[in-house]
Amino acid sequence: MTAPVTAASIALDGGVLAAEDVAHGPEAAFVPSRGFWGHVGHRLVRDPVAMGAGAVILLVVLIALLSPWITPMDPYKGSMLRRLRHVGDATYWLGSDELGRDMISRLMLGSRLSLFIGVTPVLIAFVIGSGIGILAGYVGGWTNTILMRTIDVFFAFPSVLLAIALSGALGAGIFNSIVSLTCVFVPQIARVAESVTTGIRKRDYIDAAKLSGASALTIMRVQVLGNVVGPIFVYSTSLISVSMILASGLSFLGLGVRPPEPEWGLMLNTLRTAIYVNPVVAALPGVCIFLVSIAFNLFSDGLRAAMEIRQ
Amino acid sequence: MLLYTLKRLLYATPVAFGVSVVCFLLVHLAPGDPLSAILPVDATQSMIDEMRAAYGFDKPLPVQYLIWLWHVLHGDLGISIATGRPVLSEVSRAVVNSLILASVATVIGFTFGTLFGFVAGYHRNSLADRAASALSVFGVSVPHYWLGMVLVIIFSATLGWLPPTGAGPDGSGNWRPDFDHLRYMILPAVTMSVIPMGIIARTVRALVADILSQDFVEALRAKGMDERGVFKHVVRNAAPTALAIMGLQLGYLLGGSILVETVFAWPGTGFLLNAAIFQRDLPLLQGSILVLAMFFVLLNLLVDVMQTALDPRIERA
Repeated sequence: MTAPVTAASIALDGGVLAAEDVAHGPEAAFVPSRGFWGHVGHRLVRDPVAMGAGAVILLVVLIALLSPWITPMDPYKGSMLRRLRHVGDATYWLGSDELGRDMISRLMLGSRLSLFIGVTPVLIAFVIGSGIGILAGYVGGWTNTILMRTIDVFFAFPSVLLAIALSGALGAGIFNSIVSLTCVFVPQIARVAESVTTGIRKRDYIDAAKLSGASALTIMRVQVLGNVVGPIFVYSTSLISVSMILASGLSFLGLGVRPPEPEWGLMLNTLRTAIYVNPVVAALPGVCIFLVSIAFNLFSDGLRAAMEIRQ
Repeated sequence: MLLYTLKRLLYATPVAFGVSVVCFLLVHLAPGDPLSAILPVDATQSMIDEMRAAYGFDKPLPVQYLIWLWHVLHGDLGISIATGRPVLSEVSRAVVNSLILASVATVIGFTFGTLFGFVAGYHRNSLADRAASALSVFGVSVPHYWLGMVLVIIFSATLGWLPPTGAGPDGSGNWRPDFDHLRYMILPAVTMSVIPMGIIARTVRALVADILSQDFVEALRAKGMDERGVFKHVVRNAAPTALAIMGLQLGYLLGGSILVETVFAWPGTGFLLNAAIFQRDLPLLQGSILVLAMFFVLLNLLVDVMQTALDPRIERA
């Protein structure tokens, strides 16, 4: 029972189509492409776990930035009469530490140093490691062999051991702990950067750029960097969690931040003696490290998943 | 196979050489003179010169390195500044204790990791799968030194079931395989096992899921093989990779034990390193790190060779 195609029905269909076109305006016909990063962002926003993790990170960063002005009490002022108060105390909401200093204020201010010593090494290693990896991957040949075999030597050390060996030899301090952790992450990032770069150096657009007369430096800066920076960046974000744990670990051992500065790892160390008196307060700094570390891990996982766009 | 082993050995040699250079240079990274830590503040210049000559610090660096390497190759890692005993004997005693702890932790981590991984891989997107994913995120995100503290708080400070620190009831530095000593090992071993557990669970889950989606599994089932038979095939296919990861994790645990050993006062290499760092005992620091790193290089080599031997699909080029 097919209806006969008449001039009227064609006209009607055509009319409907035309009406729709008018209704949606000319923009409907042309959907602008979001671009690669637009798609990644769009997918990331729809990932509730990654968004939750991102919110935690944002909150901690905000606290870290604002802490000097928003701590309820003076984080350095102690009182031997009011030491090791319990969580839920009327004055000290999250209790007080072994020198009677307000825990919540110290945890808030501590987020500054903990984030700083945890994130900085990855940022520096991202720049240096990408540089080494892209150079080795793009130039290839002997340059690649020499650079990558040197990198292999650092892979012969488990990362915790390398970090502790370097900062143990350099001596305690924030600067030295950042230097040691940077040395731990540069080889790892460089290896990823090298393999991604090697993967694209034979692509047509690189050849096209070469034929257009661009110098090696320009090609590395424009064509290569633009195409490899995404994967290297995602890999680097996955290192932040490890870096936070290791940086606080160095302070925990007494190799990083020095007292009386509040830092989560160091606080955990000085509160170790209190585990029999006030176990909950003693464990609090570790909860902070754990929360931030898990948030970075989940956010990085979400970012990686969002970037795996099938083409 | 022999050819591959030799090739792999040949490749490991320059890495081992590089490791020795890094360990040697560690001492020279230290601010000031390596001897400044042991010399009295009011040491005269002649005393300093005497010590420098005695330790060979007056010679150029490459010469110092060659002399040091020559001694190392003959099993002489120098004398500990703090105790006056040979570094090698201090390190080997500690390595044994660390190796026991790391091995037990690896076995615990591997057992539960594979168990969770298999269940999750077989039942994708089930509750068990989500639990396994949560476990692996937990394993890599938890600061293990803090986890150790929490376990001490629960099982020693609150419940009083297990001893919080040390390796044995007599306070001795040597672990023995009896019930009393075993109780001292439970908390540090469980703490350490969480990291490999998460990583192994994640890997095995991916492996099992991948194997189950392959054509040969469907063929086996079509042939009429029961699930137990199919399971055996899955295990055989997953084993080489899973075992390789277990080997590497043992190395990571051994090298990264310093934090957990410090929390539990376990008399291993981590504890030794900690002492070496804070007493500025540079020969001991250098020696322990060299031994641990060389162990890791060797373990990597063994894992590669074993994986190739177990898995005929890997190119032995």
